[in-house]
Amino acid sequence: MGMTLTEKILARHAGLESLRPGQIINAKVDLVLANELSAAVAIAGFRSFKGASKVFDPDKIALVEDHFVPAKDAQSAKLAKLMKDFAAEQKIKHFFDVGRGGIEHVVLPEEGLTAPGELIVGGDSHTCTYGAFGAFATGMGSTDIAAAFALGEVWLKVPATIKIIYNGKPGPMVVGKDIMLKTVGTLGIDGATYRAIEYHGSTIKDLPITGRITMANMAIEAGAKNGIFHADEKIIAYVKERTNRPFIVEKADDDAVYERVIEIDVASLEPQIAFPHMPDNVRGISEVREEILLDQVFIGSCTNGYIDDLRIVAEILKGKRIADNLRVIVNPGSQKVYMQAADEGILTILAQAGCAVNTPGCGACFGGHMGTLGDGERCLSTTNRNYVGRMGSPKAEVFLASPATCAASALAGKIVDPRTLALVGV
Amino acid sequence: MANTLRGGAHRYGKNVDTDVIIPGKYCSIVDIVELGKHALEGLDPEFATKVKKGDLVVAETNFGCGSSREVAPIALKGAGVAGVIASSFARIFYRNALNIGLPIFESEEAVKDIATGDEIEVDPATGKIRNLTRGREYQSAAFPPFMQSLIDAGGLQPYVERRLAEKSSL
Repeated sequence: MGMTLTEKILARHAGLESLRPGQIINAKVDLVLANELSAAVAIAGFRSFKGASKVFDPDKIALVEDHFVPAKDAQSAKLAKLMKDFAAEQKIKHFFDVGRGGIEHVVLPEEGLTAPGELIVGGDSHTCTYGAFGAFATGMGSTDIAAAFALGEVWLKVPATIKIIYNGKPGPMVVGKDIMLKTVGTLGIDGATYRAIEYHGSTIKDLPITGRITMANMAIEAGAKNGIFHADEKIIAYVKERTNRPFIVEKADDDAVYERVIEIDVASLEPQIAFPHMPDNVRGISEVREEILLDQVFIGSCTNGYIDDLRIVAEILKGKRIADNLRVIVNPGSQKVYMQAADEGILTILAQAGCAVNTPGCGACFGGHMGTLGDGERCLSTTNRNYVGRMGSPKAEVFLASPATCAASALAGKIVDPRTLALVGV
Repeated sequence: MANTLRGGAHRYGKNVDTDVIIPGKYCSIVDIVELGKHALEGLDPEFATKVKKGDLVVAETNFGCGSSREVAPIALKGAGVAGVIASSFARIFYRNALNIGLPIFESEEAVKDIATGDEIEVDPATGKIRNLTRGREYQSAAFPPFMQSLIDAGGLQPYVERRLAEKSSL
């Protein structure tokens, strides 16, 4: 019986010839990730293990300061220092402080730390992002991460795989975010719980790497354990530019067994919006008939904080001013994205349009700081979740969309279809 | 295995996510009691004041969806919650709850019948759930054998220590 892409990677890391969904395995990990919030609890857990004084391999651990950075208060500064001190003590070289890193899931691929065929676990639910590079990557809590620090292995239940086939070329202003919002809306918020998602179809070949990153990133929004693409030439070239580490490009068997197969027609897809308060509460933009005035537009996060995202936003905002009734906060995803945006003049365009450009970090997306919403406020965001209270007040509303939809709406002051920019007089 | 749990039910709907269990702004708190003061604040701001030690949270499908934050089950524990009964759990929350020692039970039938204020008794050893207010009994889903062995051993820590000992003797 053939194996899916996820099963292939898990089997190799467990030292098994074959395996089946539901089986419990012990798998070796190629990289363990934590941020200052998950690391704080993980480090305490690690220290409580009798017999654990050194991490399994300091070069296979990445620690990124990104959630409450720059430190929000003395308590968050304490957690940041705790992780920094642990990195020094354990000689962990992949440690990224403010100003030298950014959002973990943007930073790790940039640094060549995620490669096809690898098995990556992280103390953050969006660790599934690295499925864009053909890796098995999944988020875990801090105690599991502590165990991985100590052992270099994790126990996993092999997930059944859902195959999703995307057909057709996306139309103008339709990007990976729209495709994935449609996918989450189709599967439902728990439609892929305990499952792997394997992305297939003719659409993918021409989809930029950043589009695939957005899609893998939001696999968790349907409850999935991981979301994975086959690594193609584009991905292999990207990774080889960044690391000399050898890696194995795996491929699903032709006779692999999938639990479900879903087809999504991308050619007919319009820009998508997730309405409050669930990422699966998705509508096509043409179904949005009411006027939805906005108080804030947020552009950034591990979902859409990449240079391609900032380029499209700058293209739309260039030489224009955002609407008077709202503010726009932009967080480039990493220091490298920030510098690239500076080189291309994007930061100037954004500032001239009236946007507040922040240093890279997760703060606004999870209601931490640097863009928190107040009672009764409404935000259109390029992020991944819009649960009650996600970005601040439980009385605020968050809508999710692509960077293009967010930029066009920032000009209009309300949610608009980015394909009709000329029609709304902006 | 732990003793019988007995307490009042706090009944909620489906998709109780980690952002309402413990909002992001509190995620730098490490003290369990302090975290407990904000448990379920996003969904039910009165929860921390009305919950009594030993009470049970009861919810529909996909409890704990969203973030990997381990402070979510820790906050519930800090508030005095003895366990969670749900129709189903999100994957990361499920692992986290077991790892930090918050008992969880899956039973759609029990959840259907339980209303806020019902007196509930659960035997973690057998997975039997009794609704004492309504005089009904349910059987929660058994844990997979590997997970049951982790629970019986007292959580992930003894498992990790055993693996470390095995590795150092190689």
